[in-house]
Amino acid sequence: MTAQQKFWWVMGGVLALLLLASTIGWWLGRRAAPDRREVIDNLNARIRAWWWMTALLCACFVLGRVATLVFFALASFFALREFATLTPTRRGDHLPLVLCFYLAIPLQYWLIGIDWYGLFAICIPVYGFLLLPAITALGGDTENFLERTTKIQWGLMLTVYCVSYAPAVLLLHIPGYQGQSLLLMLYLLLVVQISDVLQYVFGKLFGQHKLAPQVSPSKTVEGLLGGGLSAIAIGACLWWITPFTFWGSAGMSLVIVLAGFLGGLALSAVKRSIGAKDWGSMIEGHGGILDRLDSVTFAAPIFFHIVRYAYM
Amino acid sequence: MITAHVLVGLVRLLVGAHARWIGCEPSPAQRIYFANHASHLDTLALWSALPPRLRARTRPVAARDYWGHGGIRGFIADHGFRAVYIERDRSRCEGDPLQPLRDALDAGESLIIFPEGTRSQQPLPQPFKAGLFHLARDYPQAELVPVYLDSLHRSMPKGSLLPVPLTCVVRFGQAMRLQANEDKDEFLKRAHAAVVALA
Repeated sequence: MTAQQKFWWVMGGVLALLLLASTIGWWLGRRAAPDRREVIDNLNARIRAWWWMTALLCACFVLGRVATLVFFALASFFALREFATLTPTRRGDHLPLVLCFYLAIPLQYWLIGIDWYGLFAICIPVYGFLLLPAITALGGDTENFLERTTKIQWGLMLTVYCVSYAPAVLLLHIPGYQGQSLLLMLYLLLVVQISDVLQYVFGKLFGQHKLAPQVSPSKTVEGLLGGGLSAIAIGACLWWITPFTFWGSAGMSLVIVLAGFLGGLALSAVKRSIGAKDWGSMIEGHGGILDRLDSVTFAAPIFFHIVRYAYM
Repeated sequence: MITAHVLVGLVRLLVGAHARWIGCEPSPAQRIYFANHASHLDTLALWSALPPRLRARTRPVAARDYWGHGGIRGFIADHGFRAVYIERDRSRCEGDPLQPLRDALDAGESLIIFPEGTRSQQPLPQPFKAGLFHLARDYPQAELVPVYLDSLHRSMPKGSLLPVPLTCVVRFGQAMRLQANEDKDEFLKRAHAAVVALA
């Protein structure tokens, strides 16, 4: 099978899942009691948003590499916008923030585009993280200096550096897997998002024991185990679109699920500490774009570096 | 027309500027929207937040010394949001500085004004100048709608060239009118409080 055919087979499966979800949502909506209305409406809004996100992913695949990079650059842009909106900043943070938005984002994705792995991997963590606090210091405002620079750095790290690792799988030239790296990105995103969805579903159906009630009241032990194991099973069964064996793919899915879970947890804690429930309101039913990308921010870089170490 | 579309798209991309109609609904009635003023983006953000059919009938009042000197800003002000220019420097202005505003209101259009007269560096507005009172007295049929723009003082503070993209929410409050035997100071205080209440 060619990469094209593999992609559309997987998309066929996703489409079938979405149709099933929409049907269930429609059926639940018809027989919902008034007091459950809100939960069902939110569920249906989520499903609708999934249709849109799947369509965008298909558009990336059809339009190719540049479109994919532009799409993820925009995702980083909106995610950083959400992060910066919720983070209190002072006048002295203006220039560093301008540089994050207008320099760091284009530069990071351009480096993927020209296939310069070496600089892609260190540009933000070395040059960015040293330059930004220096610029803030030159501004002369030392009030809460450490907190302010930390927040900007974390925002840049999560929303730009970590998110860019998803399309960065284009940089992986795995022997025997040339020209198919977009499939690897699809695999990563599918396993992360399916794990999120199944953890939510298992949690809603069987959730008894809260995992971290202070941080994220919706996360349960049952959700993590049920959803995580199912996602690993699905990921393993997708081995034929990856360069991995069946068990290799199961191992990779385990890594993705665990990293994604930790990402969701850590970003929930960040949200709590700045006093917000959702990152924004950009995606109906889901909250902001960071609410959808939180697991990706942890899963993508770890997946990338393990694949790079083990398969290249 | 195309300029207006491009401008609104750009504003959405940078600062969102989505409207929350808290105290009133969008309406084609003649209105004077008055808001806090913290950055040069305010004019564009409030104007973009309006539904398209109201946007076409609403003109922001813009300082001639900033928007009125041609170039890219002048192009945006003339062809984008159709500014009504106001002269802030009294010495360069003959007659009533509010006359261009009166002309627009007489033509049945709605206005966007920033009664502080200048940008403040704070999230909360400074005291209002008298212009709003004079318009409220002379155009009793116009609804006065308080508006609060959040986060723009951080997006584009005084002295900065590029805006930092931060999501701005534009909150519209309850429409008000000048009350019988309400004097200038009372009215301006009440209008000021109406904006602060939305913060």
